[in-house]
Amino acid sequence: MGMTITEKILARASGKPAVQPGENVWVNVDVLMTHDVCGPGTIGVFKQHFGPDARVWDRTKVVIIPDHYIFTRDEKARRNIEILREFVREQQLPYYYDVGTERYKGVCHIALPEEGHTRPGEVLLGTDSHTCTAGAFGEFATGIGNTDAGFVLGTGKLWLKVPPTLRFIFTGDPPAWLMAKDLILAVIGRIGCDGATYMAMEFTGEAVFGLGKIAAEFAGQPISDRPVGFSPAIEERMTLCNMVIEAGGKNGVIAPDEVTEQFVRERTQAAGTRTDFEPVHNDPDARFAAEYRFDVRTLEPMVARPHSPEHAVPVSDAVGEPLDRAYIGSCTGGKVLDLIAAAKVLRGRSVAIPTFIVPATTEIERAMDRIRLNGQTLREIFESSGCIIGPPSCGACLGGPLDTLGRLNEPLRCISSTNRNFPGRMGHKEAQVFLASPLTVAASAVAGRIADPRDVLN
Amino acid sequence: METKFRALAYVLGDNIDTDQIIPAQYLVYNPAVPEEYRMFGRYALSGVPRDRAGLPSGGVPFVRDGEYSTDYQVVIAGKNFGCGSSREHAPIALNAAGVKAVIAESYARIFFRNAVNGGYLVPLETDERLIEAVRTGDLVEVDIDGCRLVNLATGQTFRLKPLGDVRPIIEAGGLFRYAERSGLLKR
Ligand code: SF4
Repeated sequence: MGMTITEKILARASGKPAVQPGENVWVNVDVLMTHDVCGPGTIGVFKQHFGPDARVWDRTKVVIIPDHYIFTRDEKARRNIEILREFVREQQLPYYYDVGTERYKGVCHIALPEEGHTRPGEVLLGTDSHTCTAGAFGEFATGIGNTDAGFVLGTGKLWLKVPPTLRFIFTGDPPAWLMAKDLILAVIGRIGCDGATYMAMEFTGEAVFGLGKIAAEFAGQPISDRPVGFSPAIEERMTLCNMVIEAGGKNGVIAPDEVTEQFVRERTQAAGTRTDFEPVHNDPDARFAAEYRFDVRTLEPMVARPHSPEHAVPVSDAVGEPLDRAYIGSCTGGKVLDLIAAAKVLRGRSVAIPTFIVPATTEIERAMDRIRLNGQTLREIFESSGCIIGPPSCGACLGGPLDTLGRLNEPLRCISSTNRNFPGRMGHKEAQVFLASPLTVAASAVAGRIADPRDVLN
Repeated sequence: METKFRALAYVLGDNIDTDQIIPAQYLVYNPAVPEEYRMFGRYALSGVPRDRAGLPSGGVPFVRDGEYSTDYQVVIAGKNFGCGSSREHAPIALNAAGVKAVIAESYARIFFRNAVNGGYLVPLETDERLIEAVRTGDLVEVDIDGCRLVNLATGQTFRLKPLGDVRPIIEAGGLFRYAERSGLLKR
């Protein structure tokens, strides 16, 4: 019987000729990622079970990226970074991106591909639910807890249940204003925030491979000091896979193509990480648990109302609803393409409500000074429209310590390009968070209420 | 694994996410440090909005102010319990507060896995809409082998689903002991 991409990756990783959905298998892990929030607990589990002098199973497969609580005076948060540092020293880990150094990156899920740690066909596990983002590179990537991660640190292995695959097929030529964020909100609105529990979600169809038009003119341009080009298509694929967890999905996956392979080759070469990989594709007779079709010509920009991503509605149903604040950032909506999209709306306009821009990584922060629209850099556009720009990190996406820039410390109504709007996610329990694409967030920031970006762009 | 026990129930709604179970500002504590582990108990379920905390009335604190453990050792919830982040701090918070079992209509995958692999509590499933049949503060009896829950306050009995293929891991007390017992981990 034929296998899906996810099944094939798990078969190979478990050394079996074939696996079936529902089967429990022990897989060999290619990359284990952790960060400052879950790293200390993971290290604790590792030491408790393997002993104080134990060594990690493979130094070159462990990646540690502090990103959550960075720009805070909270003492425990700083202590946690110290625990990471100590562990990295002791284990001599080559892939650590320390705070306050040249190497500092920011949000782990964006840093991973930037630093050459994502490759088609591999198994990537991370102590963060949005590890699923890397499915955009045609790999199996999912979030795990501290116990699982501690086990992987010592053994390089973990048991996983092979998920059945749901297939989402997007047809039609996507208009420039339609972003990956709109597509994934439409999916979650259709299947619900537990609609893909225990399942893999594959995204396919011509529209998926045609995303990123809003920044198409910048494709291939260098955005950092590295010889690597900007890929709008890859960034949009990352956004799609990023939010599968908001539908309960175990992993998201997009078949690797020439764009993926070029991106991975450039990035791994520039970073000096492993460059070999073996892409896998669905067998012609692969079986899917269900198929959902979306014609992108019938989709609108989407907004998810409080307090769940499944409360997604077309923007026209929400236009005019009042807002107090806007936020653009995170692994979902703080990438280069997201900032270009926002800048296209904000150029020559002023925001009517406090608006925060937090680039996901230092590389994206540098891109803000390199990329120009009509002569103005993205940073100049944001500053002259009245936005507040924060340093790269998770920022207020998950609230965080009370002194986090942009955190909702009061019961405000905020529109955000992030991924979750459950109660309290961005700070205050009674705050109301609306999720939308960076285009919609920027248009709403200008209007001071929920607005349709198509009205601004046209 | 304790297979039969009585405890007071604490009732919640659908889609209780990990930010409600343990708000992000408390993730600065390190669960590997015992004094900090206790802090997770103190703030367990403190992110649930007041009107939905302890159904049907709401407004029932799960852990009383300044305390570290709860009076309610069974949590009853609707669908998709534990959705959101992968933070293991969520089942840790419930464990630190003294919770023995959660009974929900369904779980988010990572929460379920963390609860089992860390050996923190028993995540049980049911097809019944228990959150409408049990009130916060009711004394319930959980019978894991018998696959049932009795609400001693009303005398009603409800079916629970069998634990299935994670049972050996729960019985062993978590992933590490399970892997040792089954010879997958030699130290
Ligand atoms: S940006 Fe937000 S969603 Fe992404 S890793 Fe950070 S906290 Fe999680």
